[in-house]
Amino acid sequence: MEMRAVYANCLAELMEKDRHVCVLDADLAKASGTRGLYEKFPEQMFDCGIAEQNMASIAAGLASYGFKPWIESFTPFATRRICDQIAISIAYAKQNVKIVGTDPGISAELNGGTHMSMEDIGVVRSIPGIVIFEPVDAVQLRAAMPVLNDYPGCVYVRLFRKELPDVFPADYKFNLFKADTLREGTDLSIFVSGLPTVDVLTAAGQLAGEGISCDVINVHTIKPIDKETVLASARKTGAVLTVENHNVIGGLHSAVLETLAQEKIPVCAVGVPDRFGEVGKLPYLRKTMGMTVEDIVAAAKGAAALK
Amino acid sequence: METNLKEICRDIRCDIMTCIGHLGVGHVGGCLSVVELLAVLYFEAMHIDPANPTMAGRDRLICSKGHAGPAVYATLANRGYFDKKELLTLNQGGTHLPSHCDMNLTRGIDMTTGSLGQGFSCAVGAALGSKLEKDGATIYAIIGDGESQEGQIWEAAMFASAKQLDNLIAFTDYNKLQIDDTVANVNDIAPLADKWTAFGWHVIEVEDGNDVEQVSAAVAHAKGNIGSGRPTMVILNTVKGCGVSFIEKLGVANHNTQVSEADAQRAIAEIRGEE
Repeated sequence: MEMRAVYANCLAELMEKDRHVCVLDADLAKASGTRGLYEKFPEQMFDCGIAEQNMASIAAGLASYGFKPWIESFTPFATRRICDQIAISIAYAKQNVKIVGTDPGISAELNGGTHMSMEDIGVVRSIPGIVIFEPVDAVQLRAAMPVLNDYPGCVYVRLFRKELPDVFPADYKFNLFKADTLREGTDLSIFVSGLPTVDVLTAAGQLAGEGISCDVINVHTIKPIDKETVLASARKTGAVLTVENHNVIGGLHSAVLETLAQEKIPVCAVGVPDRFGEVGKLPYLRKTMGMTVEDIVAAAKGAAALK
Repeated sequence: METNLKEICRDIRCDIMTCIGHLGVGHVGGCLSVVELLAVLYFEAMHIDPANPTMAGRDRLICSKGHAGPAVYATLANRGYFDKKELLTLNQGGTHLPSHCDMNLTRGIDMTTGSLGQGFSCAVGAALGSKLEKDGATIYAIIGDGESQEGQIWEAAMFASAKQLDNLIAFTDYNKLQIDDTVANVNDIAPLADKWTAFGWHVIEVEDGNDVEQVSAAVAHAKGNIGSGRPTMVILNTVKGCGVSFIEKLGVANHNTQVSEADAQRAIAEIRGEE
């Protein structure tokens, strides 16, 4: 099932249970998978039209009235375009608004550079008091949605819209503030969020065949980062690689570096190399940005060799 | 009531001058221009309870021109939300009264504002919330004339009208001045009434927005529009710095200006008619 369908189904369940849960769109409900909910929940679904700033502040006003609004758009329009509204109307005013950005990083594919947010985590991460969550598969997203809805504050959800292979088993237990160890090893810690997680697991398999055993840890919550898990793994293996679908400045790599700043441990990065996006399909964009399985394997070897 | 309201306006003006004078600097011009409106709202129009500032179903005021915080604080103190002595803590470190309105710090403040344009959208959100809750509340919003240059104001205006939020009554403090120059010279918002009419709002123009009787009548008129399916904009032609002649004379310089304790005393004497 596509991630947006899982997301929309979860929203429907939440709205069914609580009439204060509501969703605001900026003319991208179809893209977010929620257009079908308008008929069933006419008093909980609101399309603000192409006016994201207004959408964000209206959500804050609704939250001040006791509602639990979710706002949605493509990642660049859900973050960098409305940075001040997120900072002031939502975060500074302590309003319980959930922000969902779809098509993160290179997954915007044919929409190209204007619609590719390589900086959204950096933008949001530098605003105090916002939790940043990036699901890796449908199982995790399904487990997370009620937890996010109940969390009494702002959360930014970085949502890949299309189908993803399951990484987690059906009985997965989700903890918003704990990173998930997907594979254990002794030579290198790979911290990964979102889309590249499957590629990292493939890379880790190849590396094991070459005698490099890796911890693979899915950092689904980039802020607040699970310092305990990051530190424990990094101290165990003595070398770190971060992999993310985001600029290597401001996102997961930066969050891990900040966590390990006092440690004498090498930290390498795979991610968007501080450049804008461009049109293309995922295989082309992975290659262009240096984010293929081969790139991950090479970077992992490089990181392990720095020990 | 009207004599009483005039007296209340004098008290609010004096308190604004006292707290800004105590601090030495502040957004005095745009505070003094909205005094009559705040007096009418908090002492006549709004369904509120100072003993229960978060009462369900209360009317709300969102001062989107958040820099008029000191005027709102002076009004709240006079209305009994907190002790007037607290006004002297304005903008001191650790205060509950920051220069721009903060709902998490100040008893009686309904929304955090200060980044211009946003508070008005928040008011639209609150008006939508009230409609959904069917609690019968009226949401009042004050926007600045300079603030009306923000695109977000017009995004919110379009949405409020499209969603028929007739429980929203907004005011433009049309004092014709902003930081750099006159509004007309910087980026003219005229013809303002035509713009709001075109956006589907009822528009009421008040010739003298610093005449408490005219403001009171306009607010009563606006409340009569509730149920019409359209929100109401009341354009108040005001004077920036109104009521204190040496502040008025500063013109565009009175947006954020130094005010000494002696200046404040002189202003209070003028307001009280002792000069």
